[in-house]
Formats: sequence, structure tokens, C-alpha cells
Amino acid sequence: MISFYYPGNSLLHKTPAGLKLLGLVLLGSLVFQISEIATLLGIGSLLALLFVIGRIPLHVAFRQLRPALFLLIVIFIAQYFIEGIEVATFVVLRFAILILAAGLVTVTSRVSDMVAAIELALKPFSRWIAVAKVSLAITLAIRFIPVLGSIIQDVKDAQKARGLDRNVMAVLIPVIVRTLKMATEVAEALDARSFAATPSDLSKPRD
Amino acid sequence: MISLQNVDVTADGQAILEKINLDIDQRRTAIIGLNGSGKSTFVRLLNGLQLPSAGSVTVDGLNTKKEGRKVRARVGFVFQNPDNQIVYPTVREDLAFGLQNLGYIKAEVDAQVAEAMQAYRIAHLADRLTHQLSGGEKQMVALLGVLIMRPNYIILDEPTTLLDLKNKRLLMDHVREISQRIIMVTHDLDLVKEFDRVICFDQGAVLADGSPDDVLPLYRQHCSA
Repeated sequence: MISFYYPGNSLLHKTPAGLKLLGLVLLGSLVFQISEIATLLGIGSLLALLFVIGRIPLHVAFRQLRPALFLLIVIFIAQYFIEGIEVATFVVLRFAILILAAGLVTVTSRVSDMVAAIELALKPFSRWIAVAKVSLAITLAIRFIPVLGSIIQDVKDAQKARGLDRNVMAVLIPVIVRTLKMATEVAEALDARSFAATPSDLSKPRD
Repeated sequence: MISLQNVDVTADGQAILEKINLDIDQRRTAIIGLNGSGKSTFVRLLNGLQLPSAGSVTVDGLNTKKEGRKVRARVGFVFQNPDNQIVYPTVREDLAFGLQNLGYIKAEVDAQVAEAMQAYRIAHLADRLTHQLSGGEKQMVALLGVLIMRPNYIILDEPTTLLDLKNKRLLMDHVREISQRIIMVTHDLDLVKEFDRVICFDQGAVLADGSPDDVLPLYRQHCSA
């Protein structure tokens, strides 16, 4: 989800986000039903073709896989020693397909479109779920992960300059304090931008 | 008009602001004062982010205590750190957020966002990731995110603090073009010179209130004392 939108005008970009998310869910179920490596390779080829149709450059496609690469290698090695090379390849291929498919959805869909699709899917449950709040929570999680990363880096640099970079608490406590402060300010900013305002809040004529 | 009557703000038994009585209706009002003088608390009172411990704050007749959401729909607020104000991962989506909250339909939102980005010359940033923007670009997006909602009043809380000279000038050029009433907290006395009114705070009270020519010499004298 953190790969973010890659602007474009391809058929895949124009496909509704809800449809792509639904396709992702179906694919997720499908790959766990497949037991033939050849079928899995066929799906992988199809996925590669979709990246071409979406005009997604190779480095952007690889960026989707990179964060999980270490985990995939660990899984491969573990499976290789337990079950042998065929099963190891099969398991890793299955995960790689899922990660790349999820990446393809996020690079060709704006977050706002995905959130709107999720809102639509949750609408029947609106009696029990605060749909607007759920979708905002998803949006904020996506938006603030890089900001949190930059806070952690700032604090690590500051503590490094003081010779405290190996002290976990010296990094953790300022990060928590800054994150909580940021959370308060974000909540205020949401309020200031009329999030969750009702029509009556906005009804008085303005100058 | 924004009106404050006998406003006190206390926190943990300590007075942050005391007996503030002010009416604000000028087009450009600057708020100055030393660190900890109560400037930020004061401007947060004006859109109900902070509620008074005593007294009342009204915006166009709406009490911030009773009608906070209605007040906030009329008083836009640009925070010091734009990173905490930008909600969506891309510029276009973030600008759309405020309009969606106001209940506009998608076609209207898209049209207004495109128009605003064109007018403020940031159309090239439309699909850029907000966390990858420069400080100046982020502050522009934060300002435009508020302007696009067309509030009657716009509060800017030290908007130039994180900007370099070039971006500060650029931001102030845009601020000058804004037709709404502006209330800006700043430490930059050069910016204040062009304002209609300057209110100087000291230790939670109004030290001076008037034109820049009247207030700035008093403030400078106070700082050097």
C-alpha cells in the first residue's frame, strides 16, 4: 500500500479502483488454490503484461517487491531446507505475485479513489461502522508512514550527534513524544478543515 | 467580525491569557510578541481549537464554545508545520479533501481543484507525493488547502518560519492577493509593516494595539529592555 500512485493515462489507470481491488481479492484467493507451478508462472506472466499495459517502468515495478525481498529470501531458504527447491520456488512465487499485484493496484490508483471504493464497499455496514472515519484512518496511515520514517531518521541523527545512537530509549522516547504531538496537531488540522462537519454546520451563508 | 469579551485562558492553574477584550475586523491583522506571550493560544481561540476558560469568543455572531464546527467552517487555519496539515498522499487529493468535507460533488471538486492549482501556479505539482515536496511547496499546498474552502477569515500561525527567503517572499505574494480577512502570527517584523493593524502580546495580555507605525517601536523598545 505504501508504493503510491504512479501518474499515467493507461487503460489500467482508467479502470475503477474498486474493480482493481476486487480483482486483487479474487487473485489472492485464486493463487492459494493453485498447485501447479506452470499455472502460477502463467499468472506471473499475465501480471507482467499488466505492468506493461499500465506503462509502469521496471524500477517502479521492482520498488513494489524490494521491501519484501529479504523476507522472500528467508522464506525461500527455509522452504528449500524443509521441502526442497520446487516447493520453495512455488511458495516464493506465490507471495511475489500477490505483492506485485497489490503494488500494481496502488501504483495505478489514487489513494482517494481506493478510499472511495472502500467507503462504497462498507456502505451497507454504515449502521455499525463509522465509514468516513475508517476511510480517513486508512488515508492517514498511508500518508504518515513516510512522515514517521523521517521523524525516526531525524531523532536518530540527533542522538548520533550526541553519541547516543545505540541507546534504544534515547531514540524511542523522542520519537513517541514527537509522534503524539504530531497526532494532536493532525487532529486539530482535520477539525480546522471541517472533517465530519454536518450540512447544518455549513449552512449559514458566508461572505 | 471576530469579538473577544473578557477572555481568560488557563492551563494547569496557570494563566495563559487574561482579560482579553478585542474586536477584529481589519483586512490584515498581525499578531506579534515574545515566545510564550500567548500569541498562538490567542489565534487558536479564534476558530475554536482552543476554548476560553472564561469570557466568550464570537465569529460573525457564532460562539466558538457552542458552535465550534460552524466557526471552523468560516475561519481557516494554516498551521506552522504543513506536514501536520496535509492529509492526503498527493497534492490534488489533499486539495480535494476540504471541498469534499464541505459536501461538494466530485465533478465540482475536480474543477475547483484544477482551477485553484492553475491560479496559484502549482498545477505541475498535482500528482506529486506530498511528503516529497520542498518546505515552500508544502506550505503553499497547506495554504491553498485552506483557501480553496473559501473561509471568511484566514489565520496563519507563523507560516514563514520554516521557509527560506525566496519561498517566504513567494508565500507573502500569495497572501497579499487573498481577499479574505487575514490574521497572521509572526516574528518577522518586516512582514508586519504592510498590515492594517498589529496586536502585540506580552505575558498573556495585550501590550500594544494599533498601526504598525505605532506598535513596532513599542515592541522593539520592550524587547531591548
